[in-house]
Amino acid sequence: MNTQMKTEQFSVVRNTTTSRGAAVVTAMILIALISVPFWAGRADLRMIIEFAYYLSLAQMWNLLAGYAGLVSIGQQAFVGLGGYMLFVLAIYFNVPPIIAVFLSGLIVALFAIPTALTVFRLRGAYFAIGTWVVAEVYRLGFAQVTTLGGGSGQSLPASIVREIGSGRSEREMIIYFTALFIAVASIGLVYWLLRSKHGLSLTAIRDSEAASDSLGVDIFKTKLAVYVISAGITGVVGALIFLQKLRISPDAAFNLQDWTAAVIFIVVIGGIGTIEGPIIGTLIYFILRGVLADYGSVYMIVLGVVAVVMMLKAPQGVWGFLSKKYDLHLFPVHRRLKAKDELE
Amino acid sequence: MDWVNTIVQGVLLGGLYAMFATGLSLMFGIMRLVNIAHGDFIVLASYLALVVVTSLGLSPLISLVIVVPLMFVIGYVLQRYLLNKTLGDDILPPLLVTFGMSIILQNVLLEVFSADSQKLSAGDLDIASINVSDQLSVGVMPLIVFISGVAIVGGLQFLFYKTELGRAFRATSDDQDTARLMGVNNSHIFALAMAIAMAVVAIAGVFLAMRTNFDPTVGPARLLYGFEAVIIGGLGSLWGTLAGGIILGVAQAVGAQIDPGWQIMTGHIVFLVILIFRPRGLFPRSVD
Repeated sequence: MNTQMKTEQFSVVRNTTTSRGAAVVTAMILIALISVPFWAGRADLRMIIEFAYYLSLAQMWNLLAGYAGLVSIGQQAFVGLGGYMLFVLAIYFNVPPIIAVFLSGLIVALFAIPTALTVFRLRGAYFAIGTWVVAEVYRLGFAQVTTLGGGSGQSLPASIVREIGSGRSEREMIIYFTALFIAVASIGLVYWLLRSKHGLSLTAIRDSEAASDSLGVDIFKTKLAVYVISAGITGVVGALIFLQKLRISPDAAFNLQDWTAAVIFIVVIGGIGTIEGPIIGTLIYFILRGVLADYGSVYMIVLGVVAVVMMLKAPQGVWGFLSKKYDLHLFPVHRRLKAKDELE
Repeated sequence: MDWVNTIVQGVLLGGLYAMFATGLSLMFGIMRLVNIAHGDFIVLASYLALVVVTSLGLSPLISLVIVVPLMFVIGYVLQRYLLNKTLGDDILPPLLVTFGMSIILQNVLLEVFSADSQKLSAGDLDIASINVSDQLSVGVMPLIVFISGVAIVGGLQFLFYKTELGRAFRATSDDQDTARLMGVNNSHIFALAMAIAMAVVAIAGVFLAMRTNFDPTVGPARLLYGFEAVIIGGLGSLWGTLAGGIILGVAQAVGAQIDPGWQIMTGHIVFLVILIFRPRGLFPRSVD
């Protein structure tokens, strides 16, 4: 190759043949998913709803840990807050439930600002434990609020449940489409963020804080923005979860194993720092849970062991391994250099 | 007088928290490792003591003779053959591996011992107390725990600054590469440090089991108390950690005095307030 190549001879490309193919496949899957409520049974619908919220939670945790280097083990704080905000808005302010789901996310994002200003004083692993302390403070705090049922929690009144939709199947369909929308939107958001200018600063921060700082990236602002956005979406997901469950209690709402541990395992197994990883990880999680359904908490042990072994032997996860081996990129967020004559 | 009593009980409780914290502080100080499963190892030690006590019919205090060496060995093997592999510039592997261990341990304990809450009875010691005055009496058991906590901090301080092994610990902590050049076997030193930390964990676990009820899910809260004590006291200072434990214990006791539902919450809030106003803790030693 000519050693004196000029910059005009290169151009930056993102799309690959596989990513263009993937876009077509994604569109087809999406159309299939939209048709699901019209022919599938209730159990299938419930499972896809659950799949959608785990996928969204995984995308948000991955955005924090995989891209911004903010390893949080306190995301249950925002799931729980979102759930409680839904109950408060729907019961005390008569906000229509589906609107309350999204409004809850906004309120959670506001809560996330003072939370961030406190936990950002801790770095690395200490930040992780700090986020956990905050989640505990929220849990213990809501257990003290007697109007929200205190420690034993409360159910969503029947009148509000009817506001979602008149019949049970109508309600399930509305919750299904909301869940689907949230999952697609959270993937879309991460994709858009990574392709934008912010995505560049994020990856720069992850790779070297000192270097990105010296190049003019505002580390604090970028991290704060990512933390607040991911908290807000996590809050929306939390509100949706408890709209589906129709009952909330502090222990269920601020549950570490359900809302953070499972999500961390999903991302680690699927592949941290990629958009595809959480999708693969959520699939593996549901398969494992289904297979081990009869053995109580054994699936959590198996999941934990797989995640630990993965972290030690293949820290890039299932997707990282596959994409490296076959050079696959379903979501074109990477910028690659290509020589002009190669393009034609 | 009520308040004097509350504060005395809080200080004694703080001794136990300091014990939770020194293991954590040791691991961070020497290998920069934050062990998320720390609390679950404390609970594991409690269950090991339970097994020893029920199967051999020993008294809980005597069970230390078996549980401490056992945890020492577990710590050595764990660090040497698993955790050493996770150490490096990236904080993610050690964090996620120990987090995974925490969830695994909790669920294994749940499968083996069920969710029933347990307690180790030390017989007469449970209710024995010393009357300081008419209104103030100090339980013998909490006093033993507190004195042990202070003794452990003092012992580790001695080990760290007055012995050859302590010098190796400090050297490795300061500069791994140079320590290796001087003939220190880093992975052995780290494994020894973890073994010692786990021995402290064992003592904390047995005392926890004797002082309160425990079940497989109480580990994470012990990690948080230990962590809060370390941060309140300031990183890198063992006596600071003891002070941090005592401050946390007193905060919780005062909170409980106001309203029993506020005990744990008050501890967390005092921690967060100190974090906001003194992010480096009250008695910081190391600058990093």
